[in-house]
Amino acid sequence: MTPLEAPPIAYGAIAPLLIVLGGACVSVLVEAFLPRHQRWPAQVALTVLVIAVAGVTLGVYAGGAPAEGVVTLAAALAVDMPTLFLWGTLLVLAFGSILLIADRSVEPGGAFVANAVERASVGAAPGTTTGGTGVDPEHVDRSYGALGEAPTMQTEVFPFTLFALGGMMAFVASNDLLTMFVALEVLSLPLYLMCGLARRRRLLSQEAAVKYFLLGAFASAFFLYGVALLYGYAGSVRLSAIANAAVGTDRSDALLFGGLALLVVGLLFKGSVGPFHTWTPDVYQGAPTPVTAFMAACTKVAAFGAIARVLFVAFGSTRWEWRGVLWAVAIASMVIGAVLGLTQTDLKRMIAYSSIAHAGFLLIGTMAITTAGTSATLFYLLAYGFTTLAVFGVISLVRTADGEATHLSQWAGLAKRSPVLAGVMTFLLLALAGIPLTSGFTAKFAVFSAALSDGMAPLVVVALVASAIAAFFYLRIVVLMYFSDTPENGPTVTVPGAFTTVAITLGVVVTLLLGIVPTLVLDWAGAGGFTG
Amino acid sequence: MSPMLIILLLVPVVGALLMYPLRHNVPAAKATAMVTALVEFVLVVVIWVGYDTAAAASGTRFQYEFSIPWIPAFGTHLAFGIDGIALVLIALTAFLVPGLMLFAWAEKLPEGRTASGYFALLLATQATLVGVFTATDVFLFYVFFEAMLIPMYFLIGRFGGPNRQYASVKFFLYSLLGGLIMLASLIGLYVTSGNILGRGTFTWSELQAMAAQVPTSTQIWLFLGFFVAFAIKAPLVPFHTWLPDAGAEAPIVAAVLLVGVLDKVGTYGFLRYCLPLFPAASQALAPLVITLAVIGILYGALLAVGQKDMSRFVAYTSIAHFGFIALGTFAFSSQAFAGATLYMVNHGLSTGMLFVMVGLLVARGGSRLISDYGGVSTLAPVLAGCLLLAGMSSLALPGTNSFVSEFLVLVGSFPNEPVATIIATVGIIFAALYVLWFYQQTMQGPVRGQAVLNSLEPAGGPGAMIDPAVAAKRGGGFPDLTKREIGVLAPLIVVIVVLGFFPGPVLDVINPSVQATMTELGLTDPVPVGGVAR
Repeated sequence: MTPLEAPPIAYGAIAPLLIVLGGACVSVLVEAFLPRHQRWPAQVALTVLVIAVAGVTLGVYAGGAPAEGVVTLAAALAVDMPTLFLWGTLLVLAFGSILLIADRSVEPGGAFVANAVERASVGAAPGTTTGGTGVDPEHVDRSYGALGEAPTMQTEVFPFTLFALGGMMAFVASNDLLTMFVALEVLSLPLYLMCGLARRRRLLSQEAAVKYFLLGAFASAFFLYGVALLYGYAGSVRLSAIANAAVGTDRSDALLFGGLALLVVGLLFKGSVGPFHTWTPDVYQGAPTPVTAFMAACTKVAAFGAIARVLFVAFGSTRWEWRGVLWAVAIASMVIGAVLGLTQTDLKRMIAYSSIAHAGFLLIGTMAITTAGTSATLFYLLAYGFTTLAVFGVISLVRTADGEATHLSQWAGLAKRSPVLAGVMTFLLLALAGIPLTSGFTAKFAVFSAALSDGMAPLVVVALVASAIAAFFYLRIVVLMYFSDTPENGPTVTVPGAFTTVAITLGVVVTLLLGIVPTLVLDWAGAGGFTG
Repeated sequence: MSPMLIILLLVPVVGALLMYPLRHNVPAAKATAMVTALVEFVLVVVIWVGYDTAAAASGTRFQYEFSIPWIPAFGTHLAFGIDGIALVLIALTAFLVPGLMLFAWAEKLPEGRTASGYFALLLATQATLVGVFTATDVFLFYVFFEAMLIPMYFLIGRFGGPNRQYASVKFFLYSLLGGLIMLASLIGLYVTSGNILGRGTFTWSELQAMAAQVPTSTQIWLFLGFFVAFAIKAPLVPFHTWLPDAGAEAPIVAAVLLVGVLDKVGTYGFLRYCLPLFPAASQALAPLVITLAVIGILYGALLAVGQKDMSRFVAYTSIAHFGFIALGTFAFSSQAFAGATLYMVNHGLSTGMLFVMVGLLVARGGSRLISDYGGVSTLAPVLAGCLLLAGMSSLALPGTNSFVSEFLVLVGSFPNEPVATIIATVGIIFAALYVLWFYQQTMQGPVRGQAVLNSLEPAGGPGAMIDPAVAAKRGGGFPDLTKREIGVLAPLIVVIVVLGFFPGPVLDVINPSVQATMTELGLTDPVPVGGVAR
């Protein structure tokens, strides 16, 4: 019997991924062994350190990385230029999200539940569905920990974040569908839990978590079914093997396209592309705002990174067959996002619909199977991630005694009380609308020009009309903030702590810079294509 | 590489930014803004003096050129340069802004709004206008074209009349929709240039040189995208409905900038982008545009007659005037082009003055309704005289500036478009009708009208059933123009009269660039009277 031969591993290439996953394990140990009051500082320091080290490692590797990429771990992972770009994007966005998650100045003790089990039972009691505090005297102070104790928060959120981040990084680098599935689960499971951790509005948060979990499990099943069909077609789950099989065989296309359809449904679900978007508004609204920021920024990057890779590497040669269907999906997503966004009265839901519209734009970019299409999509992901991160950072600052004031009417006249916050929010909303001199415009331009040169002119026109419609609801917020009168006992604007300030500043600065001098990042995004 | 245009662009930007640290010191903020606007005006004078018309006539398309790469991945440049057409429009802007600031000096702003914000937005608008007129890179032009919306949106929405929210959002959405349609064409143009030249470019001159190679069908699609954006901005008739609202609700200074200059970006866009970049499509679609233009001339005039609100009245007269400009632009003769360009300047002056007069009336009576005024000329003869002059300029009476341009447009358009020109001439009669009717209603006859009467009544007297805004003006009397107001109007009056008799200096600047546009279109002037068109 011959001994199993271990495949060669390019440690340098996958070091960032290993560091993040290793850090996540350490973080679990910290959670288990450190006393409660030491956990928060230790976890924050550890998480930031892990992300920083991973980032530095990535930077060092990317400096000398081969342009054609490296396929390693028995061809399970492909570390090519898009992977490196996406990893960098994910790490920076995760850093910003961690800052929001770690902030304890905005909400005393942080945005996360102090004791999940305890609060769940209180939250379920009648009359406490929205507030969380103030009904049951026994539990009045519980949301901030036991009486007399300094406010605490559950610090599980840090290892969750690291695991989810590790999953996302593996997801975008997966070179075969099984690895991709495992990564999908690694990134999804912590996210389901994180959604349910909100300190305020417990029921809403838990409902969001359950909804996300059930629909997510469903989508994973679709994905897996698709993988099975594709394996039946190609005899392999490697992306490049599927591409090869599609070119030179007379096998039934039913398996190939059936498999693709199911696979793509699973991926589109993660990317919150309409009509697979139904979870998005509820989850965005119910999850703690820092987690929403993490999901909106990072999950989007991971999902679209994977969609782009699958479409480009495995299905690039058959694009004329499936493109029509994805056209319909992209149009549906843009229309749903833009039109339903108009009717929203909750800010977080509105941004959720905006993210659905943006998912449609992103899908257009991934459909252009050209290097321009790939680099445009990558750039769009980075730009959108930073903008949306900062948007949620700003949302978390506007509060009433009951927690965040996310109802639109509560934002009326905000410019009078907090001109800086209103100015920042206006700028970010203009970026989401795609006004020039913001990253949103550069990104849209890159995606649409790639799409137009790959023969998708009608889709570009639809996208531009959808942008115009979507601009209306962004404008509504601006109108409310600047032109309306302040309501009586309106929300207050919390003075953000250092963490949140840094996160918002990061988002705003990147949004501005990518609008004015995007060259460097565009060059990175266009450094190389996917490798098979 | 001349840095002049960059400086011209940055001066108002810096001025606008300075308003923020000065926001609690209103007099200093106003003084700084005024100094900025005057510096900008001096810069424009320097540029005008240095503009070499001889070089322009011998084929130098742009002067004061400045170009550095911006986003190499898209082939865009920070490229600036001016021709005669851009120069006169920049001059118009720089001429109007200091006067508008003087007008706004003592304006009563809505509660909670500061003058520093107001002046900052004015300067920001000016900066974007300079950018729009000087950009020689189509992408850069688009950036300014969209950026222009934002300060104007806030000017209307924060400082405007009672219905300002509706008007500002309508203005923004209309313009944004147009802008996005143009973006589609812009990207299409970029991709087309990539197919023809081997690499995508946004440089205006390269795109112009390539224009002849673009198939006509492609040109028509691309033309339409630009056309819709400019037609909304100009506005031509089916796209005009935002203008009366925005013009009426905007504060007077913003209305002057909006109707006087910002809307010229649309007609300027026809002349600089639609015609030279898509010559075949322009000729193919000219009948359509001319039809819209003629409809606009008559329709705007008819609606102007029916208006009750003074600001809306001026807005509708402008729609009629924009019809003339569009007619001249698509009549394809150098006379008509020159006339249209001069018309843009003159309309900015005459409509600017009309809006200022409306603002002065409203400041006295507190009402925008025409029926609230009557017989003002006996109370404030100088004011009435100024209004008459503004009106005469608007209806293109010989001796005022507008006569020259209107005449040039009609004479230049006749050989190619005789029918449209004859119908457009009827518009002149309408113009006389609405202007004189407006003047007669508000200025002549016995003293009447609620706003006027109320201002003469002692404060707090009988008649509680009146409009609160009107009531607030009670007992103030109906004073004639103050020195400051005369200071606002005097430069306008001088220029209106001088350009009426000596349009030469402006036409000398315009003509070489108009000839260049003719060359780019591959056209020669039609044989004038008696000959067969084309």
